[in-house]
Amino acid sequence: MSEQQSATRQIPLSSSAVLLRFFLIGGVIFAGALAFAYAGGWLTPQRLTPARMVAALSDRGGNPLGHRRNHSKGVCFTGTFNANGAISRFSVAPMFAAGRYAVVGRLAIAVGNPDALDLTGRVKSMAIRISTPDGQEWRSGMNNSPVFVVSNPRDFYELTRAQDVDPATGKPDPAAAKRFFATHPQSAPFAQWAQTADWTASWADQDYNSLNAFRFIDADGNNHLVRWSMKATIPPTSVAHDALAKMGPNFLEHDLNARLAQGPLTWHLIVTIAAAEDPSNDATKAWPSRRQEVDAGTLIVENAEAEADGPCRDINYDPTILPLGIAVSDDPLLPARSAAYARSFDLRTAESANYPRAASHAGERR
Amino acid sequence: MTVDRDSFSPLQRALHWLLAIMVLAMLFIGVTMVSTLKPRFLTLIAIHKPLGIAILVLALLRLGVRWKRGAPPLPGDLPSIQAVAAKLSHAVLYALLIAMPLIGWGMLSAGGYPIVLFGSFHLPRILPQDDQLYAALRTAHIVLAYMFFATILLHVAAALFHALIRRDGVFHAIAWRRIRG
Repeated sequence: MSEQQSATRQIPLSSSAVLLRFFLIGGVIFAGALAFAYAGGWLTPQRLTPARMVAALSDRGGNPLGHRRNHSKGVCFTGTFNANGAISRFSVAPMFAAGRYAVVGRLAIAVGNPDALDLTGRVKSMAIRISTPDGQEWRSGMNNSPVFVVSNPRDFYELTRAQDVDPATGKPDPAAAKRFFATHPQSAPFAQWAQTADWTASWADQDYNSLNAFRFIDADGNNHLVRWSMKATIPPTSVAHDALAKMGPNFLEHDLNARLAQGPLTWHLIVTIAAAEDPSNDATKAWPSRRQEVDAGTLIVENAEAEADGPCRDINYDPTILPLGIAVSDDPLLPARSAAYARSFDLRTAESANYPRAASHAGERR
Repeated sequence: MTVDRDSFSPLQRALHWLLAIMVLAMLFIGVTMVSTLKPRFLTLIAIHKPLGIAILVLALLRLGVRWKRGAPPLPGDLPSIQAVAAKLSHAVLYALLIAMPLIGWGMLSAGGYPIVLFGSFHLPRILPQDDQLYAALRTAHIVLAYMFFATILLHVAAALFHALIRRDGVFHAIAWRRIRG
């Protein structure tokens, strides 16, 4: 068929043929819209989406509007990472070359209520963003528990739902969490830690662990499965949980400011290199203690600032924001964390009017 | 080869179909990635960013070619309302082709995210970090994506209307076919 023929001299269509062709066009458009709706999850309401996960996290008491939906209560810090170069043979990440790199971080407790009492923070956390002059960034969120509570996002959602506040009582159903742990034996190592680990009145005396495994990539392109920890340089001081109750709602921030008034706080970045049999995709399982460990350098925390107007406020500590030389493992929690943190970030940035930036001083904002 | 003024040039047709595939892939990737916690999230977002920049580059090239080469005239007997709708929808599509990647880029900039295309290669931030700016651009990116998809559906419906019912050569002008000379 030539161009001329296509534009002229058509055999007229019968009205039934026209109708059929209109239906065909309608069918194509409907199928396109349907495929789009399916891709977006609107046809599968049971799909576990970032929105559903974050909605469950947002329902654990208090008013989280404008705040992170998990680890909702925390403070910002700034400092430097002083790399000694020792881990460079395992990873080409620029912040592992000997030198000093700027850090913006956050210390927090793993609660959903930004006004929670500090003594409710069984899990404490540290988030860091290390930047290098070439514009690369390494973001990491670490917890003080030696293992994570679940190995996959579905279980995390169920555990979160078990912690959701019942509007009738204003509290979560205590039986729900018990039920969860009774039916999820993989969560036992975490539960064991949560029941037996010493409580302390400080962020400074805790180790913070990556929990998820990552891959370090060296100059020859070889992969090394790793986990890392920020190891405290201050021994933990055990405090009875009853005694914490008498220390006020914000003792962690007071402690941090008091310590920083005396001088910087330090942690050592210890990288653990996996052996062949260590799981890459199960954060509920600790790796055996006799693995090769490399001290990669020192985190020096110099200043703390209230989060409301602090430098960490508008940073999404997505643990999959990685420099060249560090990559995610096949741990299913990592993509879920990335997707859910993004959702939380989208929500809280849109709600920032609910969390005024008014200059505040430690401990005086509540 | 004869110059065929009833048709778009081969370069224009190639750019049209290439962008059609890329934009449809982009919209499906976008709507899928924001609704999943599965490992594909990371894969999709790693494709979304460089693909968006590629679309921006090709869309600017296409706009330039359109500027220089123009478009074949619409059929003289096309009702004026349809002619206006055609011109308007094409203007909207061009605007979205260029605006969506820029909004995405600006959004990541305002959100303080590194804009990594591949490896350590990243784009500079084009806006200062600002949470309210981020939130506004994030909303715009979502709303305009739905509008983009709706406009594409209308565009496809109109194309099929021309191809199957009016049979007036409009679809043929952009159709992917061998070049005759």
